[in-house]
Amino acid sequence: MSLIRIQDLTRRYVMGSETVHALRGVSLSIGKGEYIAIMGPSGSGKSTLMNLLGCLDTPTTGTYELNGTNVADMDDNALAEVRNREIGFVFQSFNLLPRSDALHNVELPLIYAGVPVDERREKARQALTNVGLADRTHHKPNELSGGQRQRVAVARALVNNPSIVLADEPTGNLDSRTGEEILALFETLSRRGNTIIVVTHEEDVAQHARRIIRIRDGLIAADEVNPNPRAAMKLESAQA
Amino acid sequence: MNLLTEFKEAVVIAWAALRANKMRAGLTTLGIVIGIVTVTLMGSAIAGLNATFKRSISGIGADVLYIQRFAWFMSESEWRASRNRRELTRQHARDIERLSDMARAVGVESNGNGTVEFERRRARGVFVAGNNEHCLDVRGLSLTAGRWLSASDVQVGRPVCVIGSYLAEKFFPFGGALGSKVKLNDMPYEVIGILEKQGSFFTGANLDNQIVIPITRFTDNFSRWPDLTISVKVRDPAQMENAKEELTGILRKLRRVAPDQPDDFAINQQDALVSFFNRVGGTIAAVGLFITGLSLFVGGIGIMNIMFVSVAERTKEIGIRKAIGAKRRTILVQFLVEAATITFLAGLLGLAIAWPLTLVVDRYLAADMPWWLVAVALLVSILTGVISGFIPAWRAARLDPVEALRAE
Repeated sequence: MSLIRIQDLTRRYVMGSETVHALRGVSLSIGKGEYIAIMGPSGSGKSTLMNLLGCLDTPTTGTYELNGTNVADMDDNALAEVRNREIGFVFQSFNLLPRSDALHNVELPLIYAGVPVDERREKARQALTNVGLADRTHHKPNELSGGQRQRVAVARALVNNPSIVLADEPTGNLDSRTGEEILALFETLSRRGNTIIVVTHEEDVAQHARRIIRIRDGLIAADEVNPNPRAAMKLESAQA
Repeated sequence: MNLLTEFKEAVVIAWAALRANKMRAGLTTLGIVIGIVTVTLMGSAIAGLNATFKRSISGIGADVLYIQRFAWFMSESEWRASRNRRELTRQHARDIERLSDMARAVGVESNGNGTVEFERRRARGVFVAGNNEHCLDVRGLSLTAGRWLSASDVQVGRPVCVIGSYLAEKFFPFGGALGSKVKLNDMPYEVIGILEKQGSFFTGANLDNQIVIPITRFTDNFSRWPDLTISVKVRDPAQMENAKEELTGILRKLRRVAPDQPDDFAINQQDALVSFFNRVGGTIAAVGLFITGLSLFVGGIGIMNIMFVSVAERTKEIGIRKAIGAKRRTILVQFLVEAATITFLAGLLGLAIAWPLTLVVDRYLAADMPWWLVAVALLVSILTGVISGFIPAWRAARLDPVEALRAE
């Protein structure tokens, strides 16, 4: 039983008099617990695919079944609920709320899910502990290093136990050492059964995944198993 | 439950946003503060006027019918038609006393203005009341010293008077008023009683600057053409309408009004004054609140403007929140709460400014700030925030998450 099943997905944008075919018919199936990299140069349609996978956008045609429900023609509010429940985002630029401390940032998905305050504090604290930031709960994003910020973002992505962790260039704004830390964190998560999709244009990053999907001109150019995924260097700070 | 959580979160966010932009929030608030101050002051002036009016018309007893030549409120044509009515006399009053079952006491009154002197002290513009022995009861007065006019005082027109507390203090600061003779328009009157302090009428007249003399004296010495008012205190206040009918019948018979002719007299009562005041006061209140409301409206536009800026600045944040699972409603509530928080704080500030101002105004004009006015002012300020924040909040709520996330 696959977690994600996509059939003939297309997405067109109308820009003035021009119609841009960002996706031209993509079919894909992703199982639970997979660690996947989606690769492609800019303009290939990988961002569009990521937006569709993350339920931030709806396709022009085609079907998208997530966990057995068709989300292709849901409205705005229903999609918001799906995002809240099923998807944890990790962005290139972290996208933390600058005025809130780490704990509150991680709490956010639970607030929108309507979790009572005591329970969500506890869960958020646990999630921060899991990414090795137990002692940084009350730091604001600008008081944290890039790697720490991204780990807060990972904690936020995981706090609601989503079906998928969707990471968009998660190491793009980090130096290579810190980037490795984040990738190591993903490996740990993957080993524990989380489904992880990393969108990237860096071959190095993609090589950590166990399956690599290459997008070109709005179509899947290749979909192959990575025979020997590269292991991220061990790190001490993220005890998991 | 869910909405409550969202609401709490929205308050936290709003507070943080305001603290992050103190200067901007403060300046925007100013418009609303001014609006709330003017509206509240207007409201307190109206409330003060109402309260004073209510206090002063209690002097015009609700259970008293005033039989007079003219109605209190007449159009010009009505006045022209009734101009030649015959006068009311003391004989009418005596006949009413004899014939009416519903009257408890029948007073005869006429009023004027005069100068009162005692030795070298002088009071001008004194309210001079010609009364009969029943007026103490009818007018609902009480005495602090001495006695009221007796039936024989009125009968024979004795030169005696009852003076108001203001006159008593002015002329007799060390006591000894009773038995002394004051001069009213150069005629001497012996003081036989002192009235209890009453305060001023809503028109500003000082009711304690008053002298009461027998109505017979009044008609003989004071005014050649007195316009008598027969004031009838009704036994049962629930029977005002019936009493009015009875009196109408009696008077028509006494004055021999033909059945096909209209009444040649008027029976006035407090109601007429109240309804007149309500009409006039209502108009003043509506116009005044409308004009002051304009300043609130201008303040509201300022809020709308700043909320548009706030939404534009935080497009990215909106995108993040939506990606994480915020629904349209959540974002809408967040920005509405932010706008309402600004205006609520402005309302509090406005009230804090308006309250001492009310006290100052109260020294010159009646002004009052009852608790309901405070509640209304705060409610209005919150509403202003919600209304003027709605369009910006709605725009924020409808943002496309992909677009919003792309914003910097």
